[in-house]
Amino acid sequence: MSDTRRLVQAPADPANLVIENVRILDPVNGIDTVGDLVVRDGRIGGSPDGLERIDGAGKVAVPGFVDPHVHLRTPGKEDCEDIASGSRAAAAGGFVTIIAMPNTQPVTDGVSIVGSLIEQAERQAAVRVGFFAAITMGQEGTTLTEQGELTDLGVCGFSDDGRPVESAEVMRRALQYQRITNLPLVLHEEDMSLSGAGVMHEGEVSTRLGLAGIPGISESIQVARDAELALYEGGRIHICHVSATETVAVVRRAKQAGVRITAEVTPHHLLLTDERVADLDAARNKMNPPLRAEADRQVLIEALIDGTLDCIATDHAPHRSHEKERTFEEAPFGVTGLETAFASCYTHLVKPGILSLELLVRRMGADAAAAVDLPGPSLTEGSIADVALIDLDATTVVGADGFQSKSTNSAFLGEELSGVVDLTIAGGQVAWRK
Amino acid sequence: MEHRSLLSIADLSGDDIRRVLTTAQRFTELLGRDNKKVPTLRGRTVINLFFEASTRTSTSFELAAKRLSADVINIKGSGSSVEKGESLKDTILTLNAYGPDIFVIRHKGVGACHLASRFTDAAVLNAGDGKHEHPSQALLDLYTIEREIGSLDGMHIAIVGDVVHSRVARSDIMAMTAMGAKVTLVGPPTLIPWKAESLGVSTSYDIRDIADADVVYVLRMQHERMGAGGFVPSLREYATRYGVSHARLRPGQRVMHAGPINRGVEISSALADDPATLIERQAANGLVVRMAILYDLLVEPSVVPGPATMEAVAA
Repeated sequence: MSDTRRLVQAPADPANLVIENVRILDPVNGIDTVGDLVVRDGRIGGSPDGLERIDGAGKVAVPGFVDPHVHLRTPGKEDCEDIASGSRAAAAGGFVTIIAMPNTQPVTDGVSIVGSLIEQAERQAAVRVGFFAAITMGQEGTTLTEQGELTDLGVCGFSDDGRPVESAEVMRRALQYQRITNLPLVLHEEDMSLSGAGVMHEGEVSTRLGLAGIPGISESIQVARDAELALYEGGRIHICHVSATETVAVVRRAKQAGVRITAEVTPHHLLLTDERVADLDAARNKMNPPLRAEADRQVLIEALIDGTLDCIATDHAPHRSHEKERTFEEAPFGVTGLETAFASCYTHLVKPGILSLELLVRRMGADAAAAVDLPGPSLTEGSIADVALIDLDATTVVGADGFQSKSTNSAFLGEELSGVVDLTIAGGQVAWRK
Repeated sequence: MEHRSLLSIADLSGDDIRRVLTTAQRFTELLGRDNKKVPTLRGRTVINLFFEASTRTSTSFELAAKRLSADVINIKGSGSSVEKGESLKDTILTLNAYGPDIFVIRHKGVGACHLASRFTDAAVLNAGDGKHEHPSQALLDLYTIEREIGSLDGMHIAIVGDVVHSRVARSDIMAMTAMGAKVTLVGPPTLIPWKAESLGVSTSYDIRDIADADVVYVLRMQHERMGAGGFVPSLREYATRYGVSHARLRPGQRVMHAGPINRGVEISSALADDPATLIERQAANGLVVRMAILYDLLVEPSVVPGPATMEAVAA
């Protein structure tokens, strides 16, 4: 595995504190116990003597979360989000590591832009921030980016997220070139000829509303193609935001066939359906891939539990409110997610008993890191502290106290959710304190 | 008082629809008089905001509001600040400053009226939002059928052609089925929406299946909304297989079309000119039904205007 990847964080004093009488839940190490969690000089463990004491009674301390799919809108759309606000939103959601997508303006497709982003992150990032660079120049799908140099500079992988690599030949070249970079190709999967002008899931609701639909097979067909290519070339691919029943079947078959493939699913696809689009509110309900039918949602949950889908990623996609205050077809795709990911999944999956808390913590932490070949967070003695302290019983109304993100286009806006992140320690530094 | 809006036929119960149709009947009687104007909406302001081309709908809404003595402002997309890039939100906020009672809006975007209603306390009447809905058309279609043929309950209506792109079809399907009619969609598979049966209709790809229908409702082929999709191989093949003409009708079947028509495509020129179709009646009834909708949204909705009201009006 390459060790060139850079996860960048602004320097700050190392955390020195002890969380007392807290439930310590570390799935990777098989720990679920009540006790004191000591963080000394930014590392797990050591002597609690002289440290600040935090009451953890009734709360749970878990390894912080990892999000391999966020849009920090930098460069070019810093009015929607920048590295400071996006990483603060991440910290508020219990994330300790996030990877930014390269569909920026201009596209993050060269060493000068990546270099600039790393410099900005060194000054601004509240949590560890990594960067994916584009697979193709300008994400235009024709010419590969200088992936060797970009790898040396420290990118975490390559993605044309926001759009697919339409040409199978170009995708094949990228998979071949991957033997130099050893970094994952992170794929937004969509057959654009099938998606067409679609703006929501093709189903009964789109028929009722007269909105052009994006069928599930638009996603699965492209995944099937890339799984075939990856198998042929021995490549390593990660599939972004799986949304459709058909895609789950394709991913499952690919894994059985030995393809080096991982896949993610977003909280909104796990929790919401196309019925919501009936209110035609693009700010909450328009994203790509679209919210699908209840049957798809059930399949996604099942696949997350059995591991066909490896992890949860937010696809945090901030937009200014005036961009979203347009008719459904005109408004841009995307909803935010960093600040609500845990609480929404905890409220709607763990509390009703569909998913265990332990599995949710895995899928948002260690599994999310592994899905893009990054080392995962744990509470192992001596390791750099990556901790989220969560009050599971506390509730919050989404957006009532504003957002850390610069944007408000949350799919869960106005909903009451359980599970409030009180404290996030990322990279051994206190990144968030409520 | 907060106004009610009409964004979708789904906003109306069967009773609501019946009330509007009854009100339209009263206005029809009234329009038989020499003085066709009533003071019902005197002092009220109606803003017609048409971002998309329209002849029938914009004219009939304007005239309907004038017959009801409202102050009427007509704004078209071209020639307004919309051409300078003003957003729908800002247009509504600006016009809202003049204190209108209702916005009548046509827009190319699905949900434009839903969006507009978030920025004003005035009533919003959907006069066509993209491929979504056109509720006033559906109500005038119901009125036309009941007036010219008879009760919708149990009637069989075949809707023929480009259903995918048709807001008229979507509103008509909801309105007609709500009133007890049986609806069959007939057209090529590429122009019948996915899982259309979920709308409570049956579907057929064979034009001969219009034979059972009491009413054949012909939809316009909407070239302008099709893009490069290639929904049908050619208009020629479409006209041959699905074009409605005298030869495809049996005696007694009535033909409707919301207009504008494409002669020789979805309807033969001879049929379009046949006075036995209901096409002109639809246009004429558009006026009284739109008067009835404005009345219903802006005046005490539970009161159907009775003869006494009308006498007072005439005085």
